Amino acid sequence: MSDAHGTTTVENSGLRQPYHLVDPSPWPIIGSIGGLLTVLGIIFAAHFGSYIVLVVGAIVVLSTMFFWWRDVVRESRTPGLHTPVVRLGLRYGMLFFITSEVMFFVGFFWAFFNFALFPDVQGNGETVWPPSTIHTFDPFHVPVLNTMILLLSGTTITWAHHALLERDKKTLVLALGLTVLLGLSFTLCQAIEYSDAPFKFVGGGIYPSTFFLATGFHGFHVIVGTCFLIVCWFRARADHFTPERHFGFEAAAWYWHFVDVVWLFLFTCIYWWGASAVTAPH
Amino acid sequence: MSATTQDHAHDHHDHKPGFFVRWLCSTNHKDIGTLYLTFAIIGGVVGGILSEIMRAQLNVPGNTIVTSGQEWNTIVTSHGLLMIFFSVMPATFGGFGNWFVPLMIGAPDMAFPRLNNISFWLLPPAFLLIITGLFLGESGTGWTLYPPLANITYEPGIGMDCTLFALHLAGISSLLGAINFITTIFNMRAPGMTLHKMPLFVWGELITAFLLLLAIPVLAGAITMLICDRNFGTAFFDPAGGGDPVLFQHLFWFFGHPEVYIMIVPGFGIVSHVISTFSRKPIFGYLGMAYAMVAIGVIGFVVWAHHMFVSGIDVDTRAYFMAATMVIAVPTGIKIFSWIATMWGGSIELKTPMLFAIGFIFLFTVGGVTGIVLANAGIDQIVHNTYYVVAHFHYVLSLAAVFTIFAGFYYWIGKMSGHQYPEFWGKVHFWLTFIGANLTFFPQHFLGLSGMPRRYPDYPDAFTGWNFVSSLGAYLGGIALLVFFYVLYRTFTSKEHVADNYWGEGATTLEWTVSSPPPFHTYAELPRIR
Repeated sequence: MSDAHGTTTVENSGLRQPYHLVDPSPWPIIGSIGGLLTVLGIIFAAHFGSYIVLVVGAIVVLSTMFFWWRDVVRESRTPGLHTPVVRLGLRYGMLFFITSEVMFFVGFFWAFFNFALFPDVQGNGETVWPPSTIHTFDPFHVPVLNTMILLLSGTTITWAHHALLERDKKTLVLALGLTVLLGLSFTLCQAIEYSDAPFKFVGGGIYPSTFFLATGFHGFHVIVGTCFLIVCWFRARADHFTPERHFGFEAAAWYWHFVDVVWLFLFTCIYWWGASAVTAPH
Repeated sequence: MSATTQDHAHDHHDHKPGFFVRWLCSTNHKDIGTLYLTFAIIGGVVGGILSEIMRAQLNVPGNTIVTSGQEWNTIVTSHGLLMIFFSVMPATFGGFGNWFVPLMIGAPDMAFPRLNNISFWLLPPAFLLIITGLFLGESGTGWTLYPPLANITYEPGIGMDCTLFALHLAGISSLLGAINFITTIFNMRAPGMTLHKMPLFVWGELITAFLLLLAIPVLAGAITMLICDRNFGTAFFDPAGGGDPVLFQHLFWFFGHPEVYIMIVPGFGIVSHVISTFSRKPIFGYLGMAYAMVAIGVIGFVVWAHHMFVSGIDVDTRAYFMAATMVIAVPTGIKIFSWIATMWGGSIELKTPMLFAIGFIFLFTVGGVTGIVLANAGIDQIVHNTYYVVAHFHYVLSLAAVFTIFAGFYYWIGKMSGHQYPEFWGKVHFWLTFIGANLTFFPQHFLGLSGMPRRYPDYPDAFTGWNFVSSLGAYLGGIALLVFFYVLYRTFTSKEHVADNYWGEGATTLEWTVSSPPPFHTYAELPRIR
């Protein structure tokens, strides 16, 4: 099927219009089956402790993503498909995808502020936030280190962007590689932090619920963003990007900055403003 | 490029792929639109069968068709979710949106054709999950999914989780669709078509897409928290762990209120075109109509807690949400009066689409007026969770929104299929639907005002009379649906072919410039708008 992709160009289609008419693709329907298996897998794992369906579903979803985006990359490199107006469309698409991601985090911040601003709503008689039994992390220990890591990665990715614009491939690969390493070190620090947590997710009450879901979904987004950057690193090495055309890189950079901004809100609101008077010992 | 190569290439691009590739791997907006519309009919029929079961149970007091309250509540849940996510939204947003947004703006297809396909194909798995929840009888929460009823204590089975994950999949579907529609409308309008020259149906789809983009992710967050509460030991909505069930209501209705506009705003667009076409006049106050929809969309995001007047929220909060809700009556009034002003002095032709559009105006006005009644926090204390609310939202949704779908169906079926519907049977369908729907839901106002609560499979003898009338109306509505299937049969077996613009000079948008049915790929050369 894949060899049929990217064969309809503006030149050979006879179409006098600038848009990319994508050829039929098997990945959407396979991906949706993968989605079904994944959610069934989560249900089976939670209720029966069986992980087989979840593993199969995850493999189907991940393979779909790989092949689908492989096709997009191939199309982007086929002359005449990603015309200027199509590239503008891709920018709109990424912009609105990030907007929806922002609204996803709004839900978790809403939950946090519901309890942090109005501690009386806690159903168990607590009147303070964080709850009196909770010792939070010291915000100026690992959390501030993670803040610095993400802010630094924001500068390295901008460095990479400038190198790209100046056709300096060596610096581009270096700076992008550093960004990936910083992303991985953020994930490592978060893993260490989670393993040292003075409160537990399961049955730990409302504080760990809001803390782990908000920071956990952010951590998941960091991993997704890191994967996106790794793909860009390989594409940079393979000379896929030019100073005029590098939307794949820009989309990764936008996503990375979005992840960065969410972290700044998490750090300021949940770790710092929401810290207990006495924090957990490190 | 020589003429020969071009002709050859022309053959190539109008060549339809084989059956499986065409329908399972589609990247064609018209085929995906057809898939959506077919799916919407299936969803509507299954949801409609559940309605008939419910009305049969409530026909007389003491019926035992439905054996338990849990079973009853599961039917209520599935009926609501099926009608919203698997019938109305696939019809208005996915179906007509896919078919006519590219045609109306002069674009050859959607911006992201593959993404378009996964938006559709995520729905059948979600539908299967909802049906699983229904047959297991384990999702008895109503479509609002409120904890504590949705907690593991009261809904311990996997059916509830299936229903919640169904919403995740349907949500991803809507979200990707929304991104696709916004990009298509912003980026692919034909040269010369500014936003202020865009057909009102496209405006409606654009506003709906923004509502989905901003509302669906908050629902995703809320049901993620609910799933974690149920399965992974968190305490978001569990007071014992310090949680707050009212938080779920806030998050749910922040999505849920825009959701009701998601169902009706594309219909506003359809009705505008139908009224204009069959009055042979341009729509009255075009810009006012467009920005009234924008205003409804914007205000729709700041009124959510009017669904929570009895949830123990502060009196000042109730005052704000009451006032903000009533403000929506202003842009809605602009729309109603502009439709009437469009008809005023026009040469009106009462074809089936026009009947459904006028029916819509009447029903939406009735539903809107009872909405103003319910917006009063004081009155809502009394009628909250009674059949008055059921009557209100069925007037705006199951009547008004569904009437816009039928108006669109009769308006465009000739364009989509190349065959015209039988006018006589279309009118029979309209009158049976109109009488059936009003007979079903108007008496429910009286039941609600005299205190009959929602979501019970039985009632005291005092409510027998109007319940009986309501059930008769539902059976009539069921017969109307059978007539609709006869209309479908007659349309698709018709030998007659229709012209490009079979409605004549009143129909002015771009879809009437292409053949009926349109070629597989339209606008090989972009149209220019003056």
